[in-house]
Amino acid sequence: MGTSAITGDVVRVRVPERSVRHDLRAVKIVLHRELLRFWHDRMRMIAGLLQPVLWLLVMGTGLSSLMRSGSGGDVDLKTFIFPGVCAMSVMFTAMFAAGSIVWDREFGFLREMLVAPVSRGAIVIGKCVGGAFVATCQGVVIVALAGLAGVPYDPALLLTLIGEMFLGAFALTGFGVMMAARIKSMQSFFAVMQMAMMPMMFLSGALYPLSGLPSWLSVLTRLNPLTYAVDPMRHAVFSHLDLSPALAKAFNPGVTWNGWQVPVQLEVLMVVAMGLGLLGVAILEFRGGE
Amino acid sequence: MSMGDSAGDARASRRPDSAVVVAGLTKRFGDVEAVRGIDFTVASGEVFGFLGPNGAGKSTTINMLCTLMTPTSGSARVAGHDVIRERDEVRRNIGLVFQDPTLDGYLTGEQNLRFHAELYGVPKTVVAGRMRQVLEMVGLWDRRGDRVLAYSGGMKRRLEIARGLLHSPRVLFLDEPTVGLDPQTRKSIWDYIQQLRHNEDITIFMTTHYMEEAEYCDRIAIIDSGRIVALDTPQELKASVGKDRVQIETADDAAAISALKETFDVEAAVHDGAVTFSVPSGEEFVPRLFARLGVPIKSVSVSRPSLDDVFMSYTGTTIRDAEGSANDWMRMAFRTRR
Repeated sequence: MGTSAITGDVVRVRVPERSVRHDLRAVKIVLHRELLRFWHDRMRMIAGLLQPVLWLLVMGTGLSSLMRSGSGGDVDLKTFIFPGVCAMSVMFTAMFAAGSIVWDREFGFLREMLVAPVSRGAIVIGKCVGGAFVATCQGVVIVALAGLAGVPYDPALLLTLIGEMFLGAFALTGFGVMMAARIKSMQSFFAVMQMAMMPMMFLSGALYPLSGLPSWLSVLTRLNPLTYAVDPMRHAVFSHLDLSPALAKAFNPGVTWNGWQVPVQLEVLMVVAMGLGLLGVAILEFRGGE
Repeated sequence: MSMGDSAGDARASRRPDSAVVVAGLTKRFGDVEAVRGIDFTVASGEVFGFLGPNGAGKSTTINMLCTLMTPTSGSARVAGHDVIRERDEVRRNIGLVFQDPTLDGYLTGEQNLRFHAELYGVPKTVVAGRMRQVLEMVGLWDRRGDRVLAYSGGMKRRLEIARGLLHSPRVLFLDEPTVGLDPQTRKSIWDYIQQLRHNEDITIFMTTHYMEEAEYCDRIAIIDSGRIVALDTPQELKASVGKDRVQIETADDAAAISALKETFDVEAAVHDGAVTFSVPSGEEFVPRLFARLGVPIKSVSVSRPSLDDVFMSYTGTTIRDAEGSANDWMRMAFRTRR
């Protein structure tokens, strides 16, 4: 147990041996810092909110007029893209959170963390969980707008969405942190991230159903990891809507591999596995480097 | 050692090891040998200065001692632990204040320290007391709730020193602790460092570009091209140079220089607008100078060798060159921090 022996007026601190408890404290404080930073940075919160609201209200409303004249569907496009917008907003916030590692390096704070007598794994886990948590907080605000998109405020649905957002955000932060281990400047980090995120978003089924696509596009969407984060969320939303089976099938076709319907549970499992895998790589990179 | 020894001996017996023991330490980057097998020992409780021109291997050495770099060969023990095999033990027992700031400007001073305490696993029961103590020591207790962004350069450096001390390290590494600060702030940082020696049971290992600050050290090592070229107390080092510097203003500098060469066999040159030369025991030389130079002298000044002269005589570089690079660093730091 760490005790302090008093020599004169000086409180001498004895730093304990490294232990799991110590590593957990490190995870907690790194996470805590992420939350503090996010809380102080109101602009980021507002900016993070603006984009999804634009998508939902402007694009959603604008495009639904097109829909109505077309297939005669009974589903509001806003409802359809709602899960996609949730995923998008979480994704951007998660990326920013991961980018803070690059910021920390540029401003020297990363060094303070890396020279501590604590495992690098604890620091990376703190960053990833912190990033995922912050992103989920942002997501909660979007979920609160469910009514605007015609999505019912069902507690079970909201909790499912929030849980799925957390898993997606965790995987994305893991990806971001892994990249941040190699990329040394903020500018290039965000350039690379932008480059990776735009196609991921467009190929994820966030904005259109994944059935009846030309085969090249179909293959690309199936290779896109984000697809498997968006689909369970859409599934959750649609299972709480009162729709004819045909409509539900048209707007929520799910993901198929060569005709085989991928179960939602497997999709969620894939996201978790990806998150853990990326986290593992990120930890290895930070262990090796510096 | 007899019974009833002084407090100093009692302290030494509690810490049997030297604070830093370095043997044959080498670091190679590709073809470049940055540190070429250095040896030295720093006693517990010492303030040890590490001096050298830029690129001499100072930072590389400090990085190896702090476990941030693995030596190519040789060994080093810090606070009784091997820097290669017992990395965590070393880290637990050292405090680091780097040349470049490593604070989170968006957090308050207190939050920065709290972060450090948690990361170093400082026992929860003592965190608050210890934080107050180090913050009071550097005079930042009243500003603990302000964001670090709002701190001046000197305050930031003081906060870093407080943070480096938070977990009661046995050895505190200070890499250029006063670079980029104005003279008044530099003075105050030194006051805190001096105070530390009394308040804390600690060894201080530091690098500096400012020669007048090296005087505060108990011992100084001068490193040049990866080798230690001198290691002693500031007094001994100055004595080893052995010569005083004499500067004279004359009516005819050129005539004075040639007269010095012919009459006294002394090489002189014009520096800072005065004829400058070095002789052993300058005060005794001055009367002879007046009697035999043959050129009218307007003024004379004699100065004892400074650490500048020591530095010059061992490295062949003036400290001004080194300070020039420090200024470059300052400018750079200013640019990145807007």
